[in-house]
Amino acid sequence: MTMLRHVAIAVACGALLLLLSYRLDLYRDLQFAEVAAEVGAVAGLTVLIGISGQISIGHGAFMAIGSYAAALLLLHQHWNIGYVIVASGLVAAAAGGIMGIAAARLRGPYLAGATLMLAVALPSLADKYQSVFGGDQGLSVSITPPAALGATFPLQRWFVWLSCAATLVLLVLLANLVRSRIGRSWRAVRDDEIAASLAGLNVARLQILAFVVSAACAGVSGTLYAMVTTIVTPDAFTLTLSIGLLTAAVLGGLGSLLGAVWGAAILVLAPPFLQDFATSHGFSSAVSSNVPIAAYGVVLIVVMLVFPAGIQGGLRRLLGPAAPVAAAPFSALRRHAPAREEKEEGTV
Amino acid sequence: MQEFIEFTLGGLASGIIYSAIALSLVLIWRGTRVLNYAQGGMAMFTTYVALTVINDTGGNYWLGFLAALAAGFALGAVLERGVVRPTVGKPPLNSVIVTIGILIFIEGLAGIIFYNGQSASFPPAYSIVSLKVGSIALGVSWNDVFTAAAVLAAAVLLAALFRYTTVGLRLRATAFNASVSRLLGVRVGRVLTLGWALAGLIGALAGVLVTPTTFLNPNSMDAIFVLGFTAAVIGGLDSPVGAIVGGLVLGVVLSYVGGYLSADLIELAGLAALVLVLMFRPSGLFAPTAVRRV
Repeated sequence: MTMLRHVAIAVACGALLLLLSYRLDLYRDLQFAEVAAEVGAVAGLTVLIGISGQISIGHGAFMAIGSYAAALLLLHQHWNIGYVIVASGLVAAAAGGIMGIAAARLRGPYLAGATLMLAVALPSLADKYQSVFGGDQGLSVSITPPAALGATFPLQRWFVWLSCAATLVLLVLLANLVRSRIGRSWRAVRDDEIAASLAGLNVARLQILAFVVSAACAGVSGTLYAMVTTIVTPDAFTLTLSIGLLTAAVLGGLGSLLGAVWGAAILVLAPPFLQDFATSHGFSSAVSSNVPIAAYGVVLIVVMLVFPAGIQGGLRRLLGPAAPVAAAPFSALRRHAPAREEKEEGTV
Repeated sequence: MQEFIEFTLGGLASGIIYSAIALSLVLIWRGTRVLNYAQGGMAMFTTYVALTVINDTGGNYWLGFLAALAAGFALGAVLERGVVRPTVGKPPLNSVIVTIGILIFIEGLAGIIFYNGQSASFPPAYSIVSLKVGSIALGVSWNDVFTAAAVLAAAVLLAALFRYTTVGLRLRATAFNASVSRLLGVRVGRVLTLGWALAGLIGALAGVLVTPTTFLNPNSMDAIFVLGFTAAVIGGLDSPVGAIVGGLVLGVVLSYVGGYLSADLIELAGLAALVLVLMFRPSGLFAPTAVRRV
């Protein structure tokens, strides 16, 4: 039943997006495609953090793996784009599995440190193996709309269709997974690892699985991103991107897939909007390129202090009955277990 | 042999900077269980303050040096009291996001106030020409010696402060158990603010000391922060000694990899070192116990 409902919602959204893609001009179409491409990575991250209770500050690394895999497959194997998207997702999932095995032993800031270093280290591989990955120049990614759509069909609109279709499939799969036995197990592990393992759950395996799923989403998202930007370079996968994904997940509301959509939209659309705003109010270009950065920092701090459940949490509070459930990771049991917290403080 | 000496000493010279950043992270972590992702950004900002003071006073390095330390101290205190305090007792992710928000804000602010599109160069305190014993180049300069001496002096002063003063006792008591300290009459809030201020000061010191080798722009401390964080994780976030040792070990390892293998591999070597250490010691080399926070 849930499956059917999710598919129905996705089909309805798909139809709306299809109509929208005809209404927008080509520049907006490109931005739209970029948002859709980023949604996958943010959704994967929001599931990893909000549902399974692990953290990753280096999710851009998995996007990089997906994009490079896709670029190489398109360049050398000339696969159909559909197969490429699936294959690069699988490659990223494998990388996520390796990271997950390491991650299952690490907690809190130690896991954060390891993922952070991964995001910093991975792009340097592209410089080291220039013959394969093209170094700073990167690899070009070019796809064309299928001939059946006619010769005049704009490329940007094809990008929108592909990104939206792939992302909707991802979201349906994630929504089902989160509501399945696995999703419930993840929540159990998130809230109390010891209780979960006493209940017979294999904590390490579940945590690794969460990394695999989340990395696969980032890989697909990286593929779409490479397709929309038509090039893959190491510069695209800086720490700024990884931090941007994390902040998008938080702003949207952790653990919420709809929140991931809001978060990705803000991540892509807010900086150019703020920069235009600053430029039109007479700031010099050096200043106005930094205004969005400073404003973004302020927004993050304010949202976290005032609205810790993010946009989706806020919407839920405004619209629905009181049910702010999914958006409070790590917390629930912590607060009710002061005795253990005290003991741990003692070991410091 | 010549190369080996050069790489070892050069590695120690850069490692001591990672140690300083790691030490500032450990100071805050022990006191408040917050990992300060803004530490690098704060150090960048205070270094710009130093540069401004140096330029305005006609090249007086030491005034700029002191201004950076004072700015770091003040910045740490203001941030703790202003925006970090409200996240204490909330889920850990809240403070992660708030300090990342501070980082982004500070980098944007520095871009608006100081940055004109070009990286600035920052003067060293002493000569940066490599020292020689006979005909053997050592790979370190007087400035590197000064850097190491300054960081170690700061670490020793900090250790003395913690060990021999009433303020230090309060700092240790608060890190050990905040609730009991409060019951015993320690003004925990002030102590935490002081901890952040001291960390800000150490971070500012690291910024002023490292920037002559890196140039200065709003993102110039990012890479150094990541390596400092890595050093702190390798050493164990609860151990100040671990922070110093972790920084030096990381510096030497990266210097060997960069020197003997390839400069492109430095970041990967950092990742490899981190993963290797954490595989065997998931809470760092100097973790006090094997107890895991659940």
